[in-house]
Amino acid sequence: MITGFITFFTIFAVVGAILYGRKLIKTEKTDAVFGNPERAKGGVHWVVVGSSFLLLAWLYYSWDIAKSFYPKSANELCQVAKVNESLLSLKYLFPIVERQHKSTAIIKRENVNIEDKIIIIKNDDNLKDQDKEIFINILRNTKIMIPSLTDERYLEDSTKNIINELTIRLNKLTANFPKNSYPNLSEEEENEINEGLKKQLGWGATGMEVPPLPESKRGLKFHAAAVELNSISDEFFEMRNHNPEYLRHSEAIFGEIKEYMDGLDDGLELDYIKDIKKLVRRLEYASIFPPKTLDELENSIRAFDKVQNKEQGHLRTIDILLFPAGTIVASGPQCSEAGPGRWLPKPSDTFRIFGEMLKPSVGYKMIPMLWYEMMGVNKIVGFILPDWIADIMPGKYPVHNQDGTVDPNFKSKVLDVVTGEFEAFKIPVPTGHIWDSFLRVFLGLSLGIILGVPLGLFMGLNRFAKGFFDPMVELYRPVPPLAWAPLVITVFGIDNVGKVFLLFMVSFSIMIISARAGASGTQLSKIHAAHSLGASRWQIIREVIFPNSLPEILTGIRVAVGMCWGTLVAAEFLAGTTGIGFVENVARKYMQYEVIWITIFVMGMLGLLFDLTIRKIIDKTIPWRGKG
Amino acid sequence: MSDLVSQKVNMIFSSLKGETVHALKDITFTLKKGELLTVLGPSGCGKTTLLNIAAGFLRPSSGSINLGGKEINGPGVERGMVFQQGALFEWLTVNENVNFGLRMKKEDPIKTAKKVEEWLDIVGLKGFGNTPTYQLSGGMQQRVALARCLINDPDLILMDEPLGALDALTREKMQSLVLKIWKETGKTIILITHSVEEALLLGERVYVMAPRPGRIHKEYKLPFASRGLKEDLREIKNDKEFVSKREEILTMIWDMEEEIMGKEI
Repeated sequence: MITGFITFFTIFAVVGAILYGRKLIKTEKTDAVFGNPERAKGGVHWVVVGSSFLLLAWLYYSWDIAKSFYPKSANELCQVAKVNESLLSLKYLFPIVERQHKSTAIIKRENVNIEDKIIIIKNDDNLKDQDKEIFINILRNTKIMIPSLTDERYLEDSTKNIINELTIRLNKLTANFPKNSYPNLSEEEENEINEGLKKQLGWGATGMEVPPLPESKRGLKFHAAAVELNSISDEFFEMRNHNPEYLRHSEAIFGEIKEYMDGLDDGLELDYIKDIKKLVRRLEYASIFPPKTLDELENSIRAFDKVQNKEQGHLRTIDILLFPAGTIVASGPQCSEAGPGRWLPKPSDTFRIFGEMLKPSVGYKMIPMLWYEMMGVNKIVGFILPDWIADIMPGKYPVHNQDGTVDPNFKSKVLDVVTGEFEAFKIPVPTGHIWDSFLRVFLGLSLGIILGVPLGLFMGLNRFAKGFFDPMVELYRPVPPLAWAPLVITVFGIDNVGKVFLLFMVSFSIMIISARAGASGTQLSKIHAAHSLGASRWQIIREVIFPNSLPEILTGIRVAVGMCWGTLVAAEFLAGTTGIGFVENVARKYMQYEVIWITIFVMGMLGLLFDLTIRKIIDKTIPWRGKG
Repeated sequence: MSDLVSQKVNMIFSSLKGETVHALKDITFTLKKGELLTVLGPSGCGKTTLLNIAAGFLRPSSGSINLGGKEINGPGVERGMVFQQGALFEWLTVNENVNFGLRMKKEDPIKTAKKVEEWLDIVGLKGFGNTPTYQLSGGMQQRVALARCLINDPDLILMDEPLGALDALTREKMQSLVLKIWKETGKTIILITHSVEEALLLGERVYVMAPRPGRIHKEYKLPFASRGLKEDLREIKNDKEFVSKREEILTMIWDMEEEIMGKEI
């Protein structure tokens, strides 16, 4: 419903924006010359067109348009797919999908196989002549056996009867299928389907599943036909053309093989005879019939196929138009989406699941995406203050009394504070996957900035510092951050410490390099000016070199944020129990395509947010950039 | 007492390859307190090197420069400097730039604010105190640089082509400003310039330097600077004496340039 509305709305928006754009071209004369950069300015209406196209492509290729305009289409297509699946093995017998009759193809192939094998046996010098003779004899006999299957004279009446019976059943189905009264279900069968329908969920309700039980009149028709076709097909393939003539031949051949194999040890001979046995067995189970025997059946199948195609009606059009690049396929009683509808989640489903995930009580894997929890101030204090503060206090920790009580003293009270064992009010603290990822980036980046900027400035000003620290930085910096991940995670653990350290490594080198470039890029005249204005060394660093390096440093931070974000998500892929990358990795394991796309979207938005924030900071703090 | 005395200053730059450049040779002069010296010369004659030594940014290879009897070894507040491009701190406002020296000395901000206002008034930038420097024009930036230097009350002001990057009109205005400040403060000033006209207009004394090795080629004592305090600068420029001096020095510099070119060919 909403999807349908959005579809129409976007189409209108596209048309409107295009018309507006055309009108604008006619009125604008100021940028008439091609190549004038003014021509690339403005154009919000084209943004509307671009984003609408994106949205329409998403709606279309995720088959959400099909779902919103024809909610039952997937279910009906599923029934059609069932019919096609049941028909397929029968169709393969005849030149409908294939070029040749299946019997013809098998006979041709096995004849070639037999001749090839004879030549190989003849040329094998490792075989004794006596064995060669036996093998070739068996193969010759097998070849002679084939006409027993293809000669009409040997065909048994019982086999003929079965084929006739199946043909009649098919013809009956063909005749009944278009009728409105079809299928004539018994009350029991009807109840069974209705019971199933009650439990059946809608299309896409549980991931990529398509509801398999027929929900419409037409669907029921195809469903019933598929059941009947399955039964016909099963019966056909159970039938074997094992007439007395064939049995006489084959028993003789198998007898010979068994006799030869008796007491035969592992070796070349055993391999050969097993191969030959396989060939004979293939012929035994192949559905080889005399050339004209199945003609009636073939005609019936063609007739039914025509009828069922006709009965699909406008469903075929829907399938072609609204299910681009794929369709619904059946495999046994189940149906699934085969095509972009499978891996490109429908916008409607995606937003529904996203909304569900955002609920703090649901989240993902029992952890909310972004929420808060009440945490006692004591816990925070205990986390921040190190325990050794209590150790360095004067005095000794109290010893218990004779009556089993402990009198607290100053030292033990301090210990209570630094370990967070005291009563305190609670404050809300953010929590959840998104917050965890954000916090890791923030901590890693902050550490990198706090340590990297001073060191970078120092390296930009001092020959010793540059020479001393350069090898260290240059050795680890060019390594892709993720290459460090296994090592860092092993040393620092899969939880926050490891990831924060990895991100620190990423941002540290970037900050060093940018601060260094900033420091060494300071104009000499500015430093001269500061000197002759009476600034001390420290003042020159703080008042001249640092502000002068700010543009480089902030650009470095911007680069570092991007790098950290990319590294973090990959690191969360590797190990961990929270974070947006973790969510995607789990979703990948369970093939939850909606969740995968949601995480991709969230990551993109967060990355954009980081970048925008830093761009704002850059504009605010260094308006002089490029104007000095 | 606070005279600037240069005694046999030599400056030899040597590269790691062993090539040496004799940038200054036996520069000896005395500049009395309150004198305005302009230094002229073709490029590469060591003008800026001399100034950098006087400022304390470079140590001479031999010889010394004394200011008020004290040898210069390192930059100091008593020698203010004005650069060609202003060298302003663009992250600070005009006020903060002018205030910089006093702030480094940790003086009382209320007092300094008053001083800053006075100096901005003198250089003609009243009301521009809170403007970021990167929004100023080139001439205004040089005014800020002048105020920033003068607020520290230096004994000696070193100007390294301060008006070189300005357009003709602004330049003329700034020349008047330099003369005005010279008169009002009575500071000793060394001004380096490319422009013969500027050197003659502003210089009470003019040194023409010659390259390879850098040395003082000729010295002039001129009346135009004192006249410029009273008369219009444009009139002085048309003065016959001024024109003849200008032609004389121009020819001198041309000859020097030709000599260098000849040597190179």
